Amino acid sequence: MQSLADNLAHQPARGVRDRVLAQAPWGVALLVALVVHFVLGPVLGPYWSQVATQAAIAVMLAVSLNIVNGYTGQFSIGHAGFAAVGGFTGAAVSYYGALALWGGATKQEGFLVPGEWLMVGGSLLGAVLAAGLGYIVGLPALRLRGDYLAIVTLGFGEIVRVLLQISGPQLFEADDLRSSGFKQWFPPPLGGAQGFTGVPTYASLFWVGLFAALVCIVAYRIKFSSPGRALLSSREDEIAARAMGVNLARYKVRAFVLAAALAGLAGGLYAHTGVVMQPREAGFIKSFEIIIFVVLGGLGSISGVVLAAIGLTVLPEILRDPQRLIEAWGLLAAVGVLATVGGVAMRRSGSRWAPLAVGLGATALGLLAVALVASGANALMRSATGDPQANIGKYRMIFYSLMLIGAMLLRPQGLMGVREVWDHFRRARPAPGRPGGAAT
Amino acid sequence: MADFLQILVTAVAVGSLYALIALGYTMVYGILKFINFAHSDVFVLGAWTGFTASTLLISRFSISGPPPLWLGPLVLVTAMVVCGLVGFTIERLAYKPLRKAPRLNVLITAIGVSLLLQNVGQLQFPIAPDLALPFGASPKRMPELLPDAALLTMSFGDNQVVIGLVDVIIVVSAITLMLALEVLVYRTRLGAAMRAVSFNTDNAALMGIPVDRVISITFVTGAMLAAAAGFLYSMKYPGLNQPAHEVWVLLGLKAFVAAVVGGIGNVRGAVLGGFLIALIEFMGQFVWARTLDQWFSTSMAPTLRDVYVFAVLIIVLLVKPTGLLGTPIREKV
Amino acid sequence: MPLLEVKNLSVAYGAIKALHGVDLSVEQGQILTLIGCNGAGKTTTLRAISGMVRPSAGQVLLDGKPVTGLKPHEIVRLGMSHCPEGRGIFANLTVDENLALGAFMRRDHAAVNQDRQRVFTLFPRLKERLKQNAGTLSGGEQQMLAIGRALLARPRLLLLDEPSLGLAPQLVQTIFRIITEINQQGVTILLVEQNAHMALNVAHRAVVLETGAVAMSGDAKALASSDEVKKAYLGHG
Repeated sequence: MQSLADNLAHQPARGVRDRVLAQAPWGVALLVALVVHFVLGPVLGPYWSQVATQAAIAVMLAVSLNIVNGYTGQFSIGHAGFAAVGGFTGAAVSYYGALALWGGATKQEGFLVPGEWLMVGGSLLGAVLAAGLGYIVGLPALRLRGDYLAIVTLGFGEIVRVLLQISGPQLFEADDLRSSGFKQWFPPPLGGAQGFTGVPTYASLFWVGLFAALVCIVAYRIKFSSPGRALLSSREDEIAARAMGVNLARYKVRAFVLAAALAGLAGGLYAHTGVVMQPREAGFIKSFEIIIFVVLGGLGSISGVVLAAIGLTVLPEILRDPQRLIEAWGLLAAVGVLATVGGVAMRRSGSRWAPLAVGLGATALGLLAVALVASGANALMRSATGDPQANIGKYRMIFYSLMLIGAMLLRPQGLMGVREVWDHFRRARPAPGRPGGAAT
Repeated sequence: MADFLQILVTAVAVGSLYALIALGYTMVYGILKFINFAHSDVFVLGAWTGFTASTLLISRFSISGPPPLWLGPLVLVTAMVVCGLVGFTIERLAYKPLRKAPRLNVLITAIGVSLLLQNVGQLQFPIAPDLALPFGASPKRMPELLPDAALLTMSFGDNQVVIGLVDVIIVVSAITLMLALEVLVYRTRLGAAMRAVSFNTDNAALMGIPVDRVISITFVTGAMLAAAAGFLYSMKYPGLNQPAHEVWVLLGLKAFVAAVVGGIGNVRGAVLGGFLIALIEFMGQFVWARTLDQWFSTSMAPTLRDVYVFAVLIIVLLVKPTGLLGTPIREKV
Repeated sequence: MPLLEVKNLSVAYGAIKALHGVDLSVEQGQILTLIGCNGAGKTTTLRAISGMVRPSAGQVLLDGKPVTGLKPHEIVRLGMSHCPEGRGIFANLTVDENLALGAFMRRDHAAVNQDRQRVFTLFPRLKERLKQNAGTLSGGEQQMLAIGRALLARPRLLLLDEPSLGLAPQLVQTIFRIITEINQQGVTILLVEQNAHMALNVAHRAVVLETGAVAMSGDAKALASSDEVKKAYLGHG
């Protein structure tokens, strides 16, 4: 998949300096991951760090699905299936690998401990497996008309879910591992309907940050490669695509396999975030969630999809407990007002960063507004139903589905359209959206 | 032998329901060329409307003991009418504005409508004590509208094959509806108009055919058939799950597979596919059940039913992408 | 008052203007032919008249009443039938069903039956092939079916889009003879043709379209003998 990214996105580089600079994004990704891990992590605290981890994985899933649904105009509804393949592979490698190597699957403390490398290895193996399955599933479907891929991928996700359900319910312990014969491994002990528990939680902010950044870079390079542009420009017109003379079907298969691999990678990391890996992770309901990120963010827009994935992951947390944000109202209001006022002033002076400042201010004020509205709605619901736990987060899927329909009717290009956030900035327009803006 | 026949009875009953649902998918695909993902949710809505209507009627008329014979047909018609109206609303509000939009947008809208129905369906609308309208988040049990009678019992040595009243009613109602549809599509002017619209919308309008109305009627017809299937299904399997439950949605999806296997866009293909998929599902389970369970020493056979269905889908798409009775679909230029 | 009057008709497909300000009128009982090169806007004019595309400006009057903005099926009810380019038959339906659809909005069954007999006297071949799928007909038969079907709506105005396209010369003669015959039975005809020679021969009046605007118009015989038309459309002179 690396070679694919290179093939698709090879920038003609002259001289050593250009060659080094062309690789700079990978270094930036590493830097970002380190900053996220060592600076953002402690600032956020354990609860919000966990939310940030889930957001990063959502970003990986959404950005990778965007390669299929956004770039090629094909429609996959089985992305969660690929993620689950990677997830259960990663979980199995980490868990059973740890049993075999160290006699137990308890988490090793520290930064970059051997267990973490086992997780990375397992996730990469999961990515390879997912890519292989993606090839098998995608090859026939992509040669047919668009909606057949939707059906086939949907079926694929469901098959994965059912197969996971009938996997061995009893996970092996270290002793079982030694005494197990060939037959005990069928069906493979992956937890069955109850799910795979006890996977060590190695997916720290560093790893998810690093891989999320890498996935974005790969997606970016593909988008702005020449086959990527060809795919994008012809995605709504099959006939124009054929007329372009490029064998786009081949690129579609490649893009699909790559997306499956990246989903597998994301799934592998997800298995290490402390969740119980259940078979339903493979089902279409999970796939629909990823589709919502992509559609609302804008089919084809990487930054739009990233914003949507982050926003829609954080939003339920805010809805569940808006009090946390309201307590920080002073900070949010100050940042909001200062950044907005500053941004307006910067705009007067013609600074190109003005929209960024306005966007930041709007985000802060928006978060505060969402928290206040959610808190009011929660209070109303609690008094109406008499249930002290009631919160409007429960109904978010109703809003999401309405937004999905509304977006298609009113703004079919999604939050960002096919363009990137900075494209909007360049035109010196006010920021078109803020993180989670679509959700409010 | 007895086991085999018993499974066959179930397969035919369920197959006729798959066929009913598949008809809706295939009719909409034939005309609008997109997968109406919300169709399986209309099927679920049919079951829940049936539940609500029968519970309401039973309490309103203070029926105790075995319900009168008119109740079943009345509930069936109610479910069909309600779902027909829902289908009409969906088409007008969500799909009609997108007539000229790229197909991908319509597909996403359909997914949105599907999600909406699933999630609204989990809300409770209390209209009477102990009654939520039209569905709810917790499982319910369909009241028994039919006596649990065996119509025909055959003995094979020690084993018996029972053909229940429910099975017969399901098959008879389903086949009646299918015949009615066959007459509508192939014997009436409206049916000819539907086929004309499906072939070429623009030219159909030039014949003086009100295209939008024909599309609406097609949609409503499909929704009504799905509602009937939902209600009939809940007569045989009275446990009602919440609307987003995988079991429910999978039933609708299997019917969709039936439509594709039979040749999407082809009305007779949908019927053929419905029976075929049910046969494969239940026969697959029957043939493999013991073998697999001996092999793996678990009871995995029931869950694997869905795998057979989707495996058949993938094989059919590989071997004959247009489905068994389908004609090659022309890309519109 | 002319039966059909088109005033200042403009149509745009996205940013591309296909028609800018076309004026024409068809008198009751006449044949008006619309000739011009490929891409001159002939088919677009017809499509705008019958409501298949929405004009960006201008008006279409039938019997002096505006029909602009009406849906195609509503315009059919007012007595205008459009026989589209490429014949537009429904290949998945039988010949019989195709003909029945032509009379889709009519309730006067006896009169429809009469019209069917009239169509069969015009096109005896159709009667032999009633139960056949329309897709299995030859090109000429499909054209006959398309015209016959349009007649079953009992139009006062018939729009014909390139009825001679892709037909053998023998058949072209037949089709034009039948067009004249239909006209003599009292149907006003707006005929779009590339075969300018034949079209000018049967038409009373003619309009020449060039790049979306009317270049010339007048009596068909007079136009046929004008030097410009001879040079550009009749291939001699």
